[in-house]
Amino acid sequence: MAKTFTQEFTKGLWEEIAPFRLVLGLCPVLGVTTTVENGIGMGLATTFVLVFSNLLVASLRNIIPSKVRIACYIIIIATFVVVTELLMQAFTYPLFLKLGVFIPLIVVNCIVLGRAEAFASKNSISFSIADGLGIGIGFTLSLAALGAVRELLGANNLTLWTTPTSVIGLQEVFGASFEPFAFMVQAPGAFVCLGLMLCGMNLLGSK
Amino acid sequence: MRELVTMVVVLTVLSAFSGGLLSGLRDATAARIEVQQLKFVKGPAIKAILTGATNDPITDRFALKDGDIERKFFVGKFDDKANTVVLESFGKGYGGDIGLMVGVNIEEDKIVGVSVTTHSETPGLGATAKDDPGFAAQFKGLSLNETFKVTNDGGKVNALSGATITSRAVCVAATGAGSVYQKLKPQLVEKLKEFNQ
Repeated sequence: MAKTFTQEFTKGLWEEIAPFRLVLGLCPVLGVTTTVENGIGMGLATTFVLVFSNLLVASLRNIIPSKVRIACYIIIIATFVVVTELLMQAFTYPLFLKLGVFIPLIVVNCIVLGRAEAFASKNSISFSIADGLGIGIGFTLSLAALGAVRELLGANNLTLWTTPTSVIGLQEVFGASFEPFAFMVQAPGAFVCLGLMLCGMNLLGSK
Repeated sequence: MRELVTMVVVLTVLSAFSGGLLSGLRDATAARIEVQQLKFVKGPAIKAILTGATNDPITDRFALKDGDIERKFFVGKFDDKANTVVLESFGKGYGGDIGLMVGVNIEEDKIVGVSVTTHSETPGLGATAKDDPGFAAQFKGLSLNETFKVTNDGGKVNALSGATITSRAVCVAATGAGSVYQKLKPQLVEKLKEFNQ
């Protein structure tokens, strides 16, 4: 079980990549990935919450009585979610408008609570931060990958980031004559894409 | 017993700490969030109402006390005369409050334009209140001193098809803006004089 800092970090990127390997946290995975930008924004917000809640849960793990631990974890997680919400409103307001209700819903994202309960409550502070970062970045990458497939096929674009004056990304990737599948940016498209990506991940992992 | 005390103490301390942190952060970010909302939500609506104004209504704003409530007004200058104010008002829609910006010419008490800012109405039905320019255009030129009603209720405003509740809410918001306007008109006239100097 003796693992290094790097191992704790990298396991979240492939071995235990949350949406694909553990099939956890699917609500934002299906809900916000209509563009790459939304996926990255949602992923980074979740990573922020995950790192700080892991940090706090790990540092308080000897103080929190086990009978009320879930209540304590929820208080910690909810605090950081509101912090994220306020900071996003203050600094990235357009992104906050696009993600809308999914930001407050990070409170009930089972990845965050799952890491607090399964990892941070039993491990040291530095390992917990590594775990939070790894899982968080893995989650961001999954959202961005799913967002990329859906946006490419559904809107023929690839937006990485929107600034007030310009859009960083590619427009009309397959040329102007390509007719986008509007289906892909709607909810059923998310399920189909996720299913195909899970299938691909399992094929790669089964060897 | 000891365990019970620990549980209560830990939970209380944690909640108090969390509450303190969040209220501090809320105060620290409140001013910036307001600027962002003005820029991205209210700004476009105000600018749409005051098309052709020679000033920037976002910078030329002021607040007045209406009882306990502080109301914000945005000034529009036309031909170098500050004669138009925009105020926000709310009505209860199908999915929650609908925010409506109402621009009014203070010399004639006539509406120069209305625009929906925030809403949570059904996409495709009530949400068209924001997107359908024809609906908002009906208010243009009407006097803000009257009570607005949809045609079904004996008024002049044609409701959006399939969204009577939303249309009524917009009318309620416009009527509300009218009553605030009438109540504060003397002060508004005074304030606008400052912008004309």
